[in-house]
Amino acid sequence: MDNGIITYINGPVIKAKNMKNFRMREMVAVGEKKLIGEVISIYEDFGTVQVYEETAGLKIGEFVYPTGKPLSVKLGPGIIGNIFDGIERPLNKIKEYSGNFINEGIGLISIDPNKRWKVNFLVKEGEYLEEGQPFAYVEETPLIKHYIMVPPKVKGRVTYVAADSEYCIEDVILKLQDDKEYELKMYQEWPVRIPRPVKRRFPIEKPLITGQRVIDTFFPIAKGGTAAIPGGFGTGKTMTQHQLAKWSDADVIVYIGCGERGNEMTEVLEDFPKLIDPNSNLPLMNRTILIANTSNMPVAAREASIYTGITIAEYFRDMGYNVAIMADSTSRWAEALREISGRLEEMPAEEGYPAYLASRLAEFYERAGYVETLSGKEASVSIIGAVSPAGGDFSEPVTQNTKRFVSVFLSLDRNLAYSRHYPAINWLSSYSGYLSLLNDWYRKNVSEDFFKLRGEMLKVLQEENKLLEIVKLVGEDVLPDDQRLILEVARLIKIGFLQQNAYHPEDTYVPLHKQYNMLRMIKLFYDKALFAIKKGVPIGKIRQMKGYSEILKMKYSIPNEYKDEFDNLQRNIEEEFSQILKSYEGD
Amino acid sequence: MQKEFLHVEKIEGPLLILSEVEDVSYDEIVEIKTRDGIKHGKVVQLYEDKAIIQVFETTSGLSVKDVAVKFTGKPLEISLSKDILGRIFNGFGVPIDGGGPIFSPIKMNVNGRPINPVARKYPRNYIQTGISAIDLLTTLIRGQKLPIFSGNGLPHNEIAAQIINQAKIADGENFAIVFGAMGIKHDDAHYFTKMFEESGVLERVVMFLNLADDPVVERIVTPRCALTAAEYLAFNEDMHVLVVLSDMTSYCEALREISSAREEVPGRKGYPGYLYSDLASIYERAGIIEGSKGSITQIPILTMPNDDITHPVPDLTGYITEGQIVLSREIYQRNIYPPINILPSLSRLMKDGIGEGYTREDHPSVANQVFASYTKYQEVLALAQVIGEDELSSIDKKYMEFGRAFEDKFLKHDFYEERSIIESIDLAWSILSILPKNELDRIEPKLLDKYYKG
Ligand SMILES: Nc1ncnc2c1ncn2[C@@H]1O[C@H](COP(=O)(O)OP(=O)(O)OP(=O)(O)O)[C@@H](O)[C@H]1O
Ligand SMILES: [Mg+2]
Repeated sequence: MDNGIITYINGPVIKAKNMKNFRMREMVAVGEKKLIGEVISIYEDFGTVQVYEETAGLKIGEFVYPTGKPLSVKLGPGIIGNIFDGIERPLNKIKEYSGNFINEGIGLISIDPNKRWKVNFLVKEGEYLEEGQPFAYVEETPLIKHYIMVPPKVKGRVTYVAADSEYCIEDVILKLQDDKEYELKMYQEWPVRIPRPVKRRFPIEKPLITGQRVIDTFFPIAKGGTAAIPGGFGTGKTMTQHQLAKWSDADVIVYIGCGERGNEMTEVLEDFPKLIDPNSNLPLMNRTILIANTSNMPVAAREASIYTGITIAEYFRDMGYNVAIMADSTSRWAEALREISGRLEEMPAEEGYPAYLASRLAEFYERAGYVETLSGKEASVSIIGAVSPAGGDFSEPVTQNTKRFVSVFLSLDRNLAYSRHYPAINWLSSYSGYLSLLNDWYRKNVSEDFFKLRGEMLKVLQEENKLLEIVKLVGEDVLPDDQRLILEVARLIKIGFLQQNAYHPEDTYVPLHKQYNMLRMIKLFYDKALFAIKKGVPIGKIRQMKGYSEILKMKYSIPNEYKDEFDNLQRNIEEEFSQILKSYEGD
Repeated sequence: MQKEFLHVEKIEGPLLILSEVEDVSYDEIVEIKTRDGIKHGKVVQLYEDKAIIQVFETTSGLSVKDVAVKFTGKPLEISLSKDILGRIFNGFGVPIDGGGPIFSPIKMNVNGRPINPVARKYPRNYIQTGISAIDLLTTLIRGQKLPIFSGNGLPHNEIAAQIINQAKIADGENFAIVFGAMGIKHDDAHYFTKMFEESGVLERVVMFLNLADDPVVERIVTPRCALTAAEYLAFNEDMHVLVVLSDMTSYCEALREISSAREEVPGRKGYPGYLYSDLASIYERAGIIEGSKGSITQIPILTMPNDDITHPVPDLTGYITEGQIVLSREIYQRNIYPPINILPSLSRLMKDGIGEGYTREDHPSVANQVFASYTKYQEVLALAQVIGEDELSSIDKKYMEFGRAFEDKFLKHDFYEERSIIESIDLAWSILSILPKNELDRIEPKLLDKYYKG
């Protein structure tokens, strides 16, 4: 008999004997209810299994059944627009089986096997196909052509092509002959813990444009890059991730709700079909994939959800798409590791986390990249992970280790959130490691002086920070006017530029050229005002200028698709200053 | 029929270790026959023929010799019908008001099951509480989980009571209140009973009481019983249910006690590493289900040890709930009721339930402006303490005036004072209008022109 026999049960962790013939990381069915699990250690005859479903009711002596394959997901048409649990089971299907509440023992269901897709073939009999090569496509959504590819490690001469027609994913639609014959279906299976292969990696050179000013201008993320968003509760991690999922210029979005709130997933499900993608004018759901393993769902599946998500992302990358993946929150994933490790009685390292926390984080973020796919296309996976530090303290292990492996760090600040400065991304402690790599792109596509402007603005903010230390002790009045001007310009930057209202129809997404012009106006005002102050104009006068308040509200008053509004604003500012100067020179 | 097992190997704190058991399932409930009657426990670990049982009542006085354990084969279930309204149960779901047991064919597992996210409906309707700081700045939404972060001796009970008194949970009679008490004092329980009585809702209240001197381990099932009752009322009986759980800190301490008895690897401050998941299994039981007429709104109350918001209990709670109302000892000492510190307080769901079509068009910007200006007031206040108030610039003096007016006129309430949400918004405008118009930079110009009262 090849089944294991359960000898130990402790929450999501069970142990079984008679496990000699099982493999490490093999997917198994546990007990009479056939709960889904994964072998996580084997020692002689004994094996440990983490179970992806609720184990209440399980008994000693029940069996563990092998499946012969590692934890894998099905990759094929039917993924986009769908919402899955942590092991790629469609939540809508689960609802059909078990109603409003999730039951265990539903079994391994995946993308819809019955749905028929119109398949368009790209190859003919007799052609020789390499691994990764697309041989057909399906219009999965109006936005995404889903290419059906030869799986990695498979190649051969085409001996059979099905007729152009509708098929479901289990139908054999292509045969290849090499040393052996391969029957290809519309899907492939891939073990989630293994990165899908690519031909090679390219250096980073393009930004992931998000329409969020503080990100695009100050701390840009790159296509194929990595970013972390750490912050205490309520500081805006999820909002920022939602904004990126909505507006970033990726082709495909994979959004993983990993150990977070059910309502946040519902919100995406209700909102995204109504939101229109600015690039395609189609509803955003047409490019979005959701993975929801909420905080109250089984903890082991939370651990798996991150891998399921990244595997799906890589699969769409292999078709030649730029994919962005948001993981909210990687801390809950790390905690799932900790919880399982604790139940295994492994030796804990820092704060109870297992010693392999850092390597797991590294492995995950290393699956991002700007690559040449097996079929020779340029494509990317960008990863943006939220981090939820305990007590909001960034010195804890998950934040610290994440910091080692990501290039953009968008640090959320509790005090900014308290004063409702959103997004609460702290401009002093955040950074982007991509500035020099993206410099060329910004110069060519936005403006020669864009990063120069950015640098100057950041400098104003840094100086403001120093001055505020003094102001705290003595008040603002004692500062000389040129220093008070720095405070005023910093206010223009903070309120006029950095604060961005996610709920405002126009302000929620701002194109780069508008971001650039906004910066230009602030800089213009700064230069003129400095000159005026040197000529003796008092700061009080400057603050009362019309131009000053125009800049504060230009994000609302100037539309994203502006015409001559910035030119007019510039002219008004220049005129206003020359009038003021005249009156002061006149004295 | 069911076998009794006599072989108790060890008793360790709240745990009983049995050997030579068979056919036992994980998480099932056991009955423990002792000299002083029946106690209950549940299976928390199985290893070959051994079972570790967590006993809900005290284990003191138990001896390995005179204990017999019967396995029920079932998880903990409670009987539910509409008759639970007006009744009082202990923390384990057993009636303690002398009214006899609940007879019903409907029995539900207290552990509940996760709501499928695709079955949820996103909450969008606000509940007016009549308390300005809550209604304007941290609006409560039906189906939300919005905890009160309090401290020992702060008036969280009064605030919860005032919300219960004044909140329009449902339009008609179609509402219920479920109260789960974990480790609270007799006085506090009494306070709530009296208050329910006074406001005439007693017959719509279901109480699950585990008081300070009741068995600690029982506390672990108390909120689960309460939420199971709430789910029944909301999703089987289509009622709008408000669940008040107090004190979540005592609950977490009970969890810690068991975890340490089981010698688990401790996380922060000795709390188990799974505290987050465990709390989530409670808080996530709030919400609305598509196609069902009822709803569950949760107001958990917790006391922050040392008033420390970074303590694991408030911290993990804040990471799960949809905002928080934070009370401040400093404000309370200045005789302000309710002593809500608005800056760390937050309602995440209000964004979709306020503004045009819900409350009033200017509500979101007014709320933002109050937060921004009150932050500025705090900075000015700090400066005033250094250089003296007289030395402040004239604009800073305005902020002082604004801040004081805000606390005295807006924040401060009488226990019986109920302000409509529109009254609260107007009141905020009159206080904001102390500041010069160009200081109000969070409000769109057209709203400013319409409502500014300077
Ligand atoms: N860019 C923004 N624009 C407007 N409001 C925002 C923005 N970012 C955050 N907020 C406000 O802050 C609240 C909390 O944000 P969010 O839910 O994203 O926090 P979080 O960091 O994900 O918290 P948690 O760790 O508890 O999940 C939101 O409900 C919203 O009211
Ligand atoms: Mg969040």
